[in-house]
This record gives sequence, C-alpha cells and structure tokens, in this order.
Amino acid sequence: MHPTFTASFPGELFPEFDAIQRRIGRLFGLGDPWPSSIRAGAFGAFPAINMGTTQEALEIYAFAPGLDPARIEVSVDKGLLTLAGERSRDLPDGRDIEVYASERFAGAFRRVISLPQDVDTAKVQASYRDGVLKIRVPKLEAALPRRIEVQELERSH
Amino acid sequence: METNQAKVQEKNEAAVAPLIPAVDIIEDADGITLKADLPGVPRPGLAIDVEGETLTIEGRVDLGEPARMTDVHAEIRVARYKRSFALTRDLDAERIDAQLRNGVLTLRIPKREQAKPRRIAVQAQ
Repeated sequence: MHPTFTASFPGELFPEFDAIQRRIGRLFGLGDPWPSSIRAGAFGAFPAINMGTTQEALEIYAFAPGLDPARIEVSVDKGLLTLAGERSRDLPDGRDIEVYASERFAGAFRRVISLPQDVDTAKVQASYRDGVLKIRVPKLEAALPRRIEVQELERSH
Repeated sequence: METNQAKVQEKNEAAVAPLIPAVDIIEDADGITLKADLPGVPRPGLAIDVEGETLTIEGRVDLGEPARMTDVHAEIRVARYKRSFALTRDLDAERIDAQLRNGVLTLRIPKREQAKPRRIAVQAQ
C-alpha cells in the first residue's frame, strides 16, 4: 500500500530525478536512498511532511509553524499538490541586539507532492492548527472498499 | 497492519531520542528572546521547566490523526521535542514569559535589574 509520491526539496533542481532514484531504490530493495534522519525535523526541508492513508483518504501533515493561514498557498494541478508560502525572519528592531542562534527557517518555501491516481482532487480540504497544515485528499468513490451483497436466488423447479 | 496510533505510542517511549527544535535566540539590553519551532504541540502538551540554571522546553505532538491511519511517508518520526539551555546569573528565571502561537513558542527572559547595562559617568578630577 504505497502510493507513489515525490517530495521536492527547496533548491533542488531535479525533483523528478529524486523520485526516480527512490523508485529504483525500492525496486532493488535498498529502501530510500536518502533516509530521513531521526532528527530531520530540526534541520531538514521546510516544511517537514508526514503522509498517511486511511480507507477513505490520504492525510498530509506539513509541519509549518508560525505562518498566517490566509497566506499559505495550497494548489492541485495535474495530480501534483503544491504547498507554498513564506516565513519572515521577525527580528526585533533595536540597536543593541545580539543574535546567538538563528536556526529557524526563514524565506520562501515550496513543496510538491505527487498524488496517487485514486484520489478526488476536487475535494481537497486544508486546515491549520498548532502550526501544522493538515490536508485531506479523499479517495474516489470508486476506489473505496465496499462489500458486495450476495443475493440468494430462489431455485425454480 | 501496524496502525499509526501504535507507532506514535512506540515513538513516545523514552528510549527514542526526542527531536531538537530549531531556535532563534536574540539578546537585547533588557533580556533574551527565544523562539522555538514546536509544530503540532498544543498548549497542554508543552512543559517549560527551570531547574537550577537549566531551562528545559519539552513538547508532545498531538495531530489528532485518524486512528486507522497507515504511515506512507514520515519526515517527523518522533512525536516529542526537547531542548535544554543553560541560563546565566544575570537572567531572571522567575519572570520568564511564555507564549505559544501557531506552533511557535516565544520565551522572554528578562535580565535582573542590576544586570542591565548602564552608563558609568566618568568624573573629571
């Protein structure tokens, strides 16, 4: 149950190449060529993304703290879901400031996820809570598991 | 099939190293401002402790995921953040102000009055 996905990293020129690499890696049982570190959350791509599936939908969680939800751009085009936006570095103004750490991401970001075939891109829902953007992409009605009733027929003699 | 719920519980075990949140630390004349990215941590999941001269921030992620979800891709593999900082004597740990908004924690640690910079007048002899 692994729908195909590609995750493009900011500044990476060939996201398709990355996706192909991952697929080749899987074919040969190598796993992801670049496994995310246990601490990738702190210094990896922004925003970090987790994805999961339920029977009804694909659930995407983008860990994007400190954004104005009205200015997060979520779009779907040709099976690609794009998240884009910008996070400003809000330095306090004042003359005598000293910056000791500046690890938090600042600037424009953009991440692209390739959606599986069996989802309904017309019904994408997005919400923002506690700095996590949650995107729910429901599966197509036709793709939902369902039970087929077996009818009992009267035997005619 | 392993459910997401079970995975998160497994990740919450103390044996797994917590994530280190990214921070910005800025000092001005009156104190230090610390900002930490803690996406997915609701207010009840956040703990800020000062013990001696160590300030510790700890947060637990709660995404409210559907119970029957199966992970297909995970860049955040641990549902817990933790990071400690050594304070210095000139900072007043009693008066730390904390705000959590949209997954960003902002701590304001003021300096003690006697530690604030002041100009010393040089007297002419």
